[in-house]
Amino acid sequence: MTRKQKKMLARIIVTFVILAAEMIFFKVADVKWGYGELVCYLVPYFIIGYDILRKAALNILHGQVFDENFLMTIATVGAFFTGEYSEGTAVMLFYQVGELFQSYAVNKSRRSIAELMDIRPDYANIEDEKGDLVQVDPETINTGDIIVIKPGEKIPLDGIVTEGSSSADTSALTGESVPRSVSAGSDVISGCINLSGTLRVRVTKPFGQSTVSKILELVENSAEKKSKSENFISKFARVYTPAVVIGACLLAILPPLITGEPFGGWVHRAMTFLVISCPCALVISIPLSFFCSIGGASREGVLIKGGNYIEALADAGIMVFDKTGTLTEGTFEVTDVCPVNTDKDTLIMTAALAECYSDHPIAASLKRACKTKPDPSRVQNVHEIAGKGVSAQVDGKITLAGNLRLLEGEGISVPEADKSCGHIGTAVHVAVNGVYMGHIIISDKVKPGAGETVLALKELGIRKTVMLTGDMKAAGEAVAKKLGLDECRTELLPADKVGEVETLINEKQAKETLVFVGDGINDAPVLTRADVGIAMGGIGSDAAIEAADIVLMDDKPEKIVFAVKLSRRTMQIVKQNIVFALGVKLITLILGALGLAGMWAAVFADVGVSVIAILNAMRTGKFKA
Amino acid sequence: MKKVFDLIDLDCANCARKMEDAIKKIDGVESATVSFMTQKLTITADDARFDEIMKKAAAACKKVEPDCRIAM
Repeated sequence: MTRKQKKMLARIIVTFVILAAEMIFFKVADVKWGYGELVCYLVPYFIIGYDILRKAALNILHGQVFDENFLMTIATVGAFFTGEYSEGTAVMLFYQVGELFQSYAVNKSRRSIAELMDIRPDYANIEDEKGDLVQVDPETINTGDIIVIKPGEKIPLDGIVTEGSSSADTSALTGESVPRSVSAGSDVISGCINLSGTLRVRVTKPFGQSTVSKILELVENSAEKKSKSENFISKFARVYTPAVVIGACLLAILPPLITGEPFGGWVHRAMTFLVISCPCALVISIPLSFFCSIGGASREGVLIKGGNYIEALADAGIMVFDKTGTLTEGTFEVTDVCPVNTDKDTLIMTAALAECYSDHPIAASLKRACKTKPDPSRVQNVHEIAGKGVSAQVDGKITLAGNLRLLEGEGISVPEADKSCGHIGTAVHVAVNGVYMGHIIISDKVKPGAGETVLALKELGIRKTVMLTGDMKAAGEAVAKKLGLDECRTELLPADKVGEVETLINEKQAKETLVFVGDGINDAPVLTRADVGIAMGGIGSDAAIEAADIVLMDDKPEKIVFAVKLSRRTMQIVKQNIVFALGVKLITLILGALGLAGMWAAVFADVGVSVIAILNAMRTGKFKA
Repeated sequence: MKKVFDLIDLDCANCARKMEDAIKKIDGVESATVSFMTQKLTITADDARFDEIMKKAAAACKKVEPDCRIAM
């Protein structure tokens, strides 16, 4: 509790004790003191309500007629005038109890999100001339400087490790609990924690552009983008209070004039109206729901840029995926080996040796697939043949590794079965001394969990899933079929993707939104065009963080399912709160007008509803993947 | 120019909404958001008149909630 809250709590306790004592004295013991009784009740009334009375006075001078402090004052003062001293004081007391609870709850969720976002580094270590470590402000470090990170310290800036090896805890950024191992040459990202060894890191980005700054900025700005529900409530609140106050005036004046009944009873009913006139429960619980939801999501490594995107994601009907880097790893792997006249290991080794001087991704994947590291000294006379492959002498034998055209060009006969085998991907054919040895299939691996994600999205009622890719038709369609996607558009250039998304947007049904999931590389225009753009593997990628509406910090496709479920849960809670708060207020207004609900019910409709709505809203932050 | 300010002693959500409405109406303000959750005012306004606009914004906040200040 803050000091202000503690002070309020003390006031509440003191008032409660005095009020209880007075009520026993005057009501139970039935002592009659006349005006003395009024004076006695005014003491706790002022203790609990002086700040409200002060604000009410100031606000009325400012012309704020529909200010809740002012309305609360009228309602309670009105109760005193109608002789309901204890009721007037008690209403003020409960109003303050509710306000205190509200500020406590809101502060608590604010703090829990601040803690969550406790990734801002306080200092960076650099070496001075004597070689001693000095702590400096990370903002003063320039690109290219060398910083030292000791075990247990936060990595203050993005950079490349120059010396040392360690493991980095990325959980604050990605929600991933398995530490990532880093050594010389690896990229490290600010906001992670260096766990085991001392690292020397060359800084690659100034603090303002580092990952940690971008993330903090993103989360802090998320409250700026208001959802439709929030705007609706704002509009509603604008008319609600004046309407209820006018209703109260009419209720106090008209019925007595028409029926000739005394004013007292009707004025009392009007007072109950004033107590219910504050739209606080709604105005606070809707943004709070989104705020907690965004906070809870960032704990799971899902950054959401605003409540409006939660709303849009909850209505997702069409989901469009980019293939490479989103559904697939984006790295090439040997997926099949079909030897002829030899065994698998020899075939891979031969191909890897022939390609060992190449830095093409295919050559790299061949090298990775070898059981032992290829020895370049076995290779001579390497010739790269552009668009075809490579020819080299491996252990003195002339070796060819490349596509069909390369082998056929050299007059080597390739068995029909090997020319078009059923596997999808790039085939590397190998021949040694003019004899065909077999082929190796290299393709992009589907990410673990990608198929399950598509299936889970279907179960969540996503009407249509589409994959966009620059791949050849056969290769693309095979992946789409394997993953269970509804549609697949192949052979697209990056620029064509926007057009495809436009076409899909036109196919949307009413109230449906289109979500695009990409890896943030080359697809910024598409991310922007879609109703909701989700970028994957956003960690360390500026383009993704800039262009996307939702950033998944790790590469896992399952997080999309989490994001959809969370958004639906949030919207459900938002709707519950709107219906509940409006419902209770409306019923209490009706009962109040009929004289069936008194001040007590009105206080519940105001404060009680706020408390319940706040507690409900806070549940959005507890949603787990 | 877009700037973000902290709001001190902003105690009520409905007041935050009223402040936002009032600040948006100030001449020269392109857009304004008052977030009760983050206790922040984000304002985009005319560069040349920024200081004058901020004075008006501070006055508007005071009018809605007498204790609330904009940290400038």
